[in-house]
Amino acid sequence: MPDALTKTLVIPSTLADAHDAQETVMEAVKAAGFPEEPSFAVRLALDEALSNAVRHGNKLDASKSVTVEYEVSPTRVTISVTDQGPGFDPESVPDPTLDENLDQPHGRGLMLIKAYMTEVTYSARGNRVTMTKTCDCTLPRRPRS
Amino acid sequence: MTEDSRLLIQKQQGITRIEFLDRNILDEGSIQRIGEEISALIDETAVPKLLISFENVEHLSSAALGTLININNKIRQKGGQLRLSNIDPQIYEVFVITKLDRLFKIYDDAEKAMVSFE
Repeated sequence: MPDALTKTLVIPSTLADAHDAQETVMEAVKAAGFPEEPSFAVRLALDEALSNAVRHGNKLDASKSVTVEYEVSPTRVTISVTDQGPGFDPESVPDPTLDENLDQPHGRGLMLIKAYMTEVTYSARGNRVTMTKTCDCTLPRRPRS
Repeated sequence: MTEDSRLLIQKQQGITRIEFLDRNILDEGSIQRIGEEISALIDETAVPKLLISFENVEHLSSAALGTLININNKIRQKGGQLRLSNIDPQIYEVFVITKLDRLFKIYDDAEKAMVSFE
């Protein structure tokens, strides 16, 4: 992804820094003229990705960093979030929409990212997620009943 | 409401009505404080009846959903009731996507939610 149009933030692994990074990216999304309705999805997915990187990837270790790369245009937003953790297998996370998991307070972040973003990919190691939202995207995908 | 509270709390007909002062409850620090404050309200009541209004809330995260689930579990353990109301359509869709619209009793507005308490 890195090119002249891509911006990069490197933040310590604290929730406060993650929140500030989210605000920086969302200001860029708004300034680029990306529509408000799909911006909801970007904000939601970015929050989940940052939270996962800080909490699960870097275990809230402020000495570790999270790298956020983003490219915005009026019709497309692409964001990559990379942590310094060991990575994980996204397919190994239980389905939070199963009846037996509904009253569990955790485990919905990845599902929300996948439901709301046009395209989501993970690095082989699993410590980097790249998410794209296009403004003509008709998501979120509703789960099968 | 304490000085640092991010909630507006009113008691009406034995029901505790809660509104959020922040439009954006994504911030995890705020979510944790909100959860603790509501948990304390539940502890104060033998059989809690809580109505949480999402009027003015524009964004929420899975962490906020997790806090709501914990609140719901705590209220159920005490034989109480929880209702949610005034949820923006985009946020309501998050409940549908996660199938949490099956876990929570959700109403269009606070008045409809109030009359639903048993």
